[in-house]
Amino acid sequence: MALLQISEPGMSTAPHEHRLAVGIDLGTTNSLVASVRSGVAEVLVDESGTALLPSVVHYSSDRDPQVGAQALEHTAADPLNTIASIKRVMGRSRQEIDSASEYVPFQFEQDNANVPRVKTAAGPRTAVEISAEILAALKARAEQSLGGDLVGAVITVPAYFDDSQRQATKDAATLAGVNVFRLLNEPTAAAIAYGLDQGAEGVIAVFDLGGGTFDISILRLRKGVFEVLATGGDSALGGDDFDQAIAQWWLQQSGLQAASDHQLMRSVLTAARQAKEALTAADQTTMQVALPDGDSVKQVLSREQFDGLIKGLVKKTTVACRRALRDAGIEKSDVTEVVMVGGSTRVPLVRKDVETFFGRSAHTGIDPDQVVAIGAAIQADILAGNKSGDEMLLLDVIPLSLGIETMGGLMEKIIDRNSTIPLARAQEFTTYKDGQSAMRIHVLQGERELVSDCRSLATFDLTGLPPLVAGAAKIRVTFQVDADGLLNVGAQEVNTGVAASIEVKPSYGLTDKEIETMLQDSMAHAKDDMEARSLREQQVEADRVVEAINAALEKDGRQLLNAAELAQITTSRDQLIDVRNQAGDPDQIKSAIKQLETISEEYVARRMNASVRSMMQGHKVEEFQP
Amino acid sequence: MSISLTDSAADRVKTFLQKRGKGVGVRLGIKTTGCSGMAYTIEFADDIEDTDEVFEDKGVKVIVNPKSLVYLQGTELDFAKEGLNEGFKFNNPNEKERCGCGESFTV
Repeated sequence: MALLQISEPGMSTAPHEHRLAVGIDLGTTNSLVASVRSGVAEVLVDESGTALLPSVVHYSSDRDPQVGAQALEHTAADPLNTIASIKRVMGRSRQEIDSASEYVPFQFEQDNANVPRVKTAAGPRTAVEISAEILAALKARAEQSLGGDLVGAVITVPAYFDDSQRQATKDAATLAGVNVFRLLNEPTAAAIAYGLDQGAEGVIAVFDLGGGTFDISILRLRKGVFEVLATGGDSALGGDDFDQAIAQWWLQQSGLQAASDHQLMRSVLTAARQAKEALTAADQTTMQVALPDGDSVKQVLSREQFDGLIKGLVKKTTVACRRALRDAGIEKSDVTEVVMVGGSTRVPLVRKDVETFFGRSAHTGIDPDQVVAIGAAIQADILAGNKSGDEMLLLDVIPLSLGIETMGGLMEKIIDRNSTIPLARAQEFTTYKDGQSAMRIHVLQGERELVSDCRSLATFDLTGLPPLVAGAAKIRVTFQVDADGLLNVGAQEVNTGVAASIEVKPSYGLTDKEIETMLQDSMAHAKDDMEARSLREQQVEADRVVEAINAALEKDGRQLLNAAELAQITTSRDQLIDVRNQAGDPDQIKSAIKQLETISEEYVARRMNASVRSMMQGHKVEEFQP
Repeated sequence: MSISLTDSAADRVKTFLQKRGKGVGVRLGIKTTGCSGMAYTIEFADDIEDTDEVFEDKGVKVIVNPKSLVYLQGTELDFAKEGLNEGFKFNNPNEKERCGCGESFTV
């Protein structure tokens, strides 16, 4: 008979209506799936009792792809068909992958396809397809363990994942036949796993040090609601660097050169990793490495020496913590909970330095490799409707500001970075020219003031605007970011209701590194940007004034002005055009605009009188008296 | 006639209750639904009603309302593993037929 799980009071399901839901931690190196059974969240293991599924897919021309440990076995013999670390290229374009300094261990098809495809023995495969294989393997494991079909899953993604990377993750799930309840940021999942959502209000720091990446997230819990205040980190820092540090030390101690000998280097790195793991519990360990000539070299490494080797690396993480706190606008003393995630947080020095930095002990009770999947499973259980408890509402942040291009190539921010999602913001814009009938909405992401320094996400046109004088039309631009971090931009002319919108599924993404670079640039160039912005603003203003004066002159310049007056105005106008095009100083343009306006004052007054006269013609003065 | 638990079921219920952090025991019941008439339910129990029957076996309180008890007399609750799947199982002497999937039964 079917095997039953204990439900919450009153939440028993009818036969065949079990709402089986899982949490999936789709990792760069390893993936996990977890579920809540009889009220307890636990990771689901495979036939051999292993929880971690290596995020590796092996393709062959004559059979279905293999996933996980089986695939990993092919690494040495068939490296090019054994695809690992596919998460690093999810949602990225060819150019981005090519220009990234990061090394990706597989080859791409040399074609012009927009979506990069990995060369495999079974034909070209996209990152989405490869991820889907991993998700399908996790789904199969879950359905076997739970004894039924899944209704849905919560899949975790790094807090830094942008729209395209999130969309790619969702696409992979769809392809694998997994219904995504929602995507959840990894740090938020970790906090849920520790039940911090049930605890006191406060600020939670989630310190996630994995094999190759480091993320720090600052969350705030208020009224039972999680809000991500800030995220930061380093996409190229992790336990692998600790292994490297030990390996370099070993080589130095042994007086050997291994750079050219991959076989030896691999053995040294393996021994280094074992030493690192041993030093979590032991005060010293012996590293033994077999040399190619059959000899073996032993070195004793103490915890103290190891701490010395990685001190600089660990320091980097606390520096990033400080930056994230600053971004979040909070003090160290405001942090009430610290959560450790990722296998590398088992290293005693990491734990000690983080606890010293925040001045409090960290949560380490749950296996740091599993904590994210467990949190996702708890959330999935709630979303599947298996829990009567209060619904958890999770808020995340967007990593970079979003906005649109305005005249002069300026970026007008509509949503500021680190704003919590889901959210919607609207702002009104207007037309620039008389009779303007269309407007192009250029959606941008970034912190800089000039469009050229920001990242273009999408463009769309709002057409069919009513012909009005410049500045009279009201165009309301709405930015909506849903709970998964996907952006929808709409534009509507308020008076007529004409509207257009776009769902932003950008075809490429940004790396953590690039986001960080963009942030750093925006700070480094803050002053330049401000000057560039005011210059552009004056240039746009100059263009507008020239445009207006030209339109006026064409209409009635000859009737209202004598030759000398006309010449004076056109000279001043031409001067303004020159200054606008040549001067790099906004103040110069400003005074040239002022000059033209002063010279034109009399003309403007005459125009006003003329129009009033023409309006009053045929009417009696009394009609205008109040 | 009472309701009993196997050792493995008792261990599991105790563990789950402990991890859940609250609850006085486990409530077994019958739901009249399903493709073959009736279905078992198993829930955490936070309260005991006046009309409830309470059985205590191997340190676990099993709570059953009188209506369900008619169908559950003599049942043994077991915890079983089938491949990767694991969960609770009702060994109910009153059961006459089951639907093919085993989720519902008739007496």
